[in-house]
Amino acid sequence: MKPLTISWTHIRRSPYQALAAVLTMFLTFLVSGAFGLTVATSFLVLRYFESKPQATVFFKDTAEKLQADSLKTTLEATGKIAGIKYVSKEDALAIYKEQNKNDPLLLEMVNADILPASLEVSATDPRHLKELEPIMKAAEGVEEVIYQKDVVDTLVSWTNAVRLVGSVLVVLLSFNAILIVMTIIGMKVALKKDEVEILKLIGASKWYIQLPFLLEGGMYGVVGSFMAWLVMLILILWFRTSILSFLGIIPIISAVLGKLLSTAFFSCIIGFLFILSALGFLLGGIGSLVALKKYITF
Amino acid sequence: MIRFDHVSKAFGPETHALSNITVDIKDGEFVFLIGPSGVGKSTFLRLILRDILPTEGIIIIDDWDITKLPQSKIHLLRRKVGMVFQDFKLLVDRTTYENVALGLEILEKSKEETEKGVSDVLELVGLSHKRNSFPLQLSAGELQRVSIARAIVGGPKILLADEPTGNLDPDTSWDIMQILDEINSLGTTVMVATHNASFVNEMKKRTITLKHGEIKSDEEKGRYHQTERTKHHHHHEHDGYKEK
Repeated sequence: MKPLTISWTHIRRSPYQALAAVLTMFLTFLVSGAFGLTVATSFLVLRYFESKPQATVFFKDTAEKLQADSLKTTLEATGKIAGIKYVSKEDALAIYKEQNKNDPLLLEMVNADILPASLEVSATDPRHLKELEPIMKAAEGVEEVIYQKDVVDTLVSWTNAVRLVGSVLVVLLSFNAILIVMTIIGMKVALKKDEVEILKLIGASKWYIQLPFLLEGGMYGVVGSFMAWLVMLILILWFRTSILSFLGIIPIISAVLGKLLSTAFFSCIIGFLFILSALGFLLGGIGSLVALKKYITF
Repeated sequence: MIRFDHVSKAFGPETHALSNITVDIKDGEFVFLIGPSGVGKSTFLRLILRDILPTEGIIIIDDWDITKLPQSKIHLLRRKVGMVFQDFKLLVDRTTYENVALGLEILEKSKEETEKGVSDVLELVGLSHKRNSFPLQLSAGELQRVSIARAIVGGPKILLADEPTGNLDPDTSWDIMQILDEINSLGTTVMVATHNASFVNEMKKRTITLKHGEIKSDEEKGRYHQTERTKHHHHHEHDGYKEK
């Protein structure tokens, strides 16, 4: 019999052990995948905010363009400005429309009048923003000044916390999955002790004897990770509209989730499946290898 | 060729299974290894199979000093040396065909080669009609024939049999010995460890007699002398011999 056929026979003959291993792998990959996606999304959000101007000066509805031009001139005169751009109410509406093009309901409710005009400011050195702050706040017609640094700092601290908790959980769950596979494969080897002895005596190579057990562990990982992928895919599709309304401003997220029948969406889900399956096989394989090292001596 | 050069094997400080054995066995020979139980016959065969290592001395098989063979190459030696066990060592959840095919599957032969090889050896041992039977459906004699078929299907140069008739009735035992003789006539070196006098005396093959772990005699057409047999064996085997 071929190694894969032997592995399948092992699994069929002990369905409850196989179920335990697959469920453990499923939970491991569901949690790891969820944390992985969260961290990846946080990273995208961070990148988005880091690419934005360092400060945005929002003007009151009553403010004139003249007041914005005056502030622009004053700021440029300090010599500490790397870039400055006026965004009118109409420009703001255009940006809003672009960001929410997939949600007609949101577009209907908004017009240029309710959006503020603004100045997007980048300093030659972020530390100069502190010196520029009084000028921006004191200028006539200014409603509010928002610094991207504050947003980024908050995001970084959240991302770090998620990453830390996620990493600890992933390590613990992976260790647990390896232990479960190791125990199950160890039991299989013990049950097949006579067969292994016979194979050794008739000249079977180490690889021939061990490969079916190795593949069995790998199969538990692949099946478990596939199930986790399927559940995550269903959840992402289920909450797609909500995700888009929160994170649709991030170009990559909008491109991937905006259209389900797009190449971007399929590339991402297939790539994610491939990565999870490979990690599943690796995790199951490691569990099997440890068991084989422990229980089969050559 | 099998060469034992001053080989000793001890299991702990007190138990000396074999002491200073030096012997050559040429290609194509049929050799009986005789002596009462516990004299070192099985140890002798296990050393050839590299199931155990000698305490002293070297063992050469086809220019390989197998005492220096690395673990990673032991399976290559075992493909040259087939082994038949007293307790058959068959897989109970596999059919006759599957048990024998194992000997070719480990060599990664194709399905067609395996089918042909297994069919040929099953015919040689007279078990073609039982190819789909499981071990529990076979008699002891048939089980031993499956064991022989599995040992020879890969075409080993040497076939070792450790008390191959130990669990069999006299008639079946003779069938097994005739199969081993036929395998030897096809060019395979055959070495049989036994304490069954009737075969040794009837078949008149080279006979190495062990006593207290040493070679007591090595005769071209040996006999199992009366003094080496226990009263029980004498009685049992004599009956078997007379039946033939």
